[in-house]
Amino acid sequence: MIIIEPRVRQLMIEDAVSTFPDECCGFMFGREETDGTRLILDVLVVDNSKEGDKRRRFAISPQDYMTAEQHALDHDWTLLGVYHSHPNHPAIPSEHDRVAAQPFFSYLIISVLNNEIITLRSWLLNDDRQFEEEKIIDYQFT
Amino acid sequence: MATVIIPTPLRKFTNNTARLEVRAGTIQDTVNELTQNFPDLKKHLLDEGGSIRSYVNIFVGNNDIRDLQQENTAVKEDTVISIVPAIAGGAPDQLFTKQELARYNRHIIIPGFGMEAQEKLKKAKVLVIGSGGLGSPVLLYLAAAGVGTLGIVDFDVVDDSNLQRQVLFGIDEIGKPKVEAARRRLAALNPHIKLNIYNTHINSQNALDIVKDYDVVADGTDNFPTRYLVNDAAVLLGKPNIYASIFQFEGQVSVFNYTDSKGTTGPNYRDLYPTPPPPGLVPSCAEGGVLGVLPGIIGSLQALEVIKVITGVGETLSGRFYIFDALNFESRTFNIKRREDNPVNGKNPTITALIDYEQFCGMRAVEEKALKEITAKELYDWQVRGEKFQLIDVREPHEYDIVNIGGELIPLAAVADNAGRIDPEKKVVIHCKMGGRSAKAIRELEEKFGFTNLYNLKGGILSYIDEVQPELTKY
Repeated sequence: MIIIEPRVRQLMIEDAVSTFPDECCGFMFGREETDGTRLILDVLVVDNSKEGDKRRRFAISPQDYMTAEQHALDHDWTLLGVYHSHPNHPAIPSEHDRVAAQPFFSYLIISVLNNEIITLRSWLLNDDRQFEEEKIIDYQFT
Repeated sequence: MATVIIPTPLRKFTNNTARLEVRAGTIQDTVNELTQNFPDLKKHLLDEGGSIRSYVNIFVGNNDIRDLQQENTAVKEDTVISIVPAIAGGAPDQLFTKQELARYNRHIIIPGFGMEAQEKLKKAKVLVIGSGGLGSPVLLYLAAAGVGTLGIVDFDVVDDSNLQRQVLFGIDEIGKPKVEAARRRLAALNPHIKLNIYNTHINSQNALDIVKDYDVVADGTDNFPTRYLVNDAAVLLGKPNIYASIFQFEGQVSVFNYTDSKGTTGPNYRDLYPTPPPPGLVPSCAEGGVLGVLPGIIGSLQALEVIKVITGVGETLSGRFYIFDALNFESRTFNIKRREDNPVNGKNPTITALIDYEQFCGMRAVEEKALKEITAKELYDWQVRGEKFQLIDVREPHEYDIVNIGGELIPLAAVADNAGRIDPEKKVVIHCKMGGRSAKAIRELEEKFGFTNLYNLKGGILSYIDEVQPELTKY
């Protein structure tokens, strides 16, 4: 289960729409509860450093990755995962996503269709290196 | 000691430690030390050949070891080594063009349907057997919905009496093969799909060969032998068969031989109807009539079930049988179960290949007896040399008004009632626009009245105009 703070959700959506038709990407930070529930409290938008077809691929530079790890340390958060967009494609991980996927990270995918957000879905690699979906819960103020 | 910074995703393999101390040496020594102390780390750092994975970057200070001395890069006492996973990915290769995305937008934006279901539609191959009353709405909606490949089987030609319910066709197609008319109409509706046509009677010899290339079969046939044939072919090949039938004011729909996500296969037509009704008990639409809008309703429900079977969205009618009564607007759904004595896929199957379904249904085989034919040139010769013969035109009055060659007008539907007007002795040439309806008229007259003196004008009046009287109006 993954809970996304509304402001953070908005930042990711804005990134996905403004980057369309290219893929956007960035890091997600927050806390992991003892029951495994993840709370996403912040994101770091980074450049899609893929050389070539950015409409169907993304890559994050090692420098940006190291910045993200430092960002987590600075705020005492955990680097919980990566988000990216699938322009004109469902929010389902592709084989390209699976091959490059890291354990532990949540992979949040934003499906953008002709500039409009369709769906957000989040995925986590299991021990067999296959993606399993994580339920996204809408954040409720109490 | 040098320091290794472990990236977050790999910390669960290092007892949640972010920084580890390692001895000085080379990167290779560092990797060895790490994988020795934390064996679970190995498969994430090294590939099967023991080399550092391409998705793992190792930095010494701010420099990638690929730009230094690779594994031999020196590690000193104060070196900070960072393991940096490459973060990459992307969408699968594009399945839809921009035009297709725009066309299917109202599907894609439905929550719970979306791009995923639309992609399944595009990848699906559906065989629609019969392009008549049921086939018309099924084909129109499946083509519009974006089913990637549609196969259409029909042997018939379009007749004016079809147009009361077969909304695929218009008056311009009368006399043309239904599959060709259907292909034209559907290609005009959706240029993004592939259409395969089979202008043939589906039978025990060709059924498996036609059905095998498709994922789903939609049975829109109007007779029992073909229904059992289609059922058995679908069961033998393991394809779901979306069934519908209509009669007068009643329609039926079900999903047969559907294997669900758990691998359980539902009942088929033979579980519902182990034996066919006695011949003649249930008349066809041609004999018993049908309210034209009924196949529109039932065929649309059939198209709906095809879409659900393809996309996995919703609950299909597998294991259930739906009946709609148009007169009192009542519908009922019955549960149906598989039978152990099903001869095709029960406990002891006795049917392992397609059989003779005409015989099974107690019907005389439909033999495509060769008709006597006459070409336009030959007809002209008869006219020139004053041969005695009667010329009958079985087209509709409005067609007759456009152009005629002096035949007696008896529209196809009225031929049997007017058999007395047809000379039983001398030669009789029967024609229509292109030769399809006149062939039907001849078959009917031969079967019901025993005529043996009838000749079909090959290619109809159009061919006569082309070859004999080009000054006449073609339509």
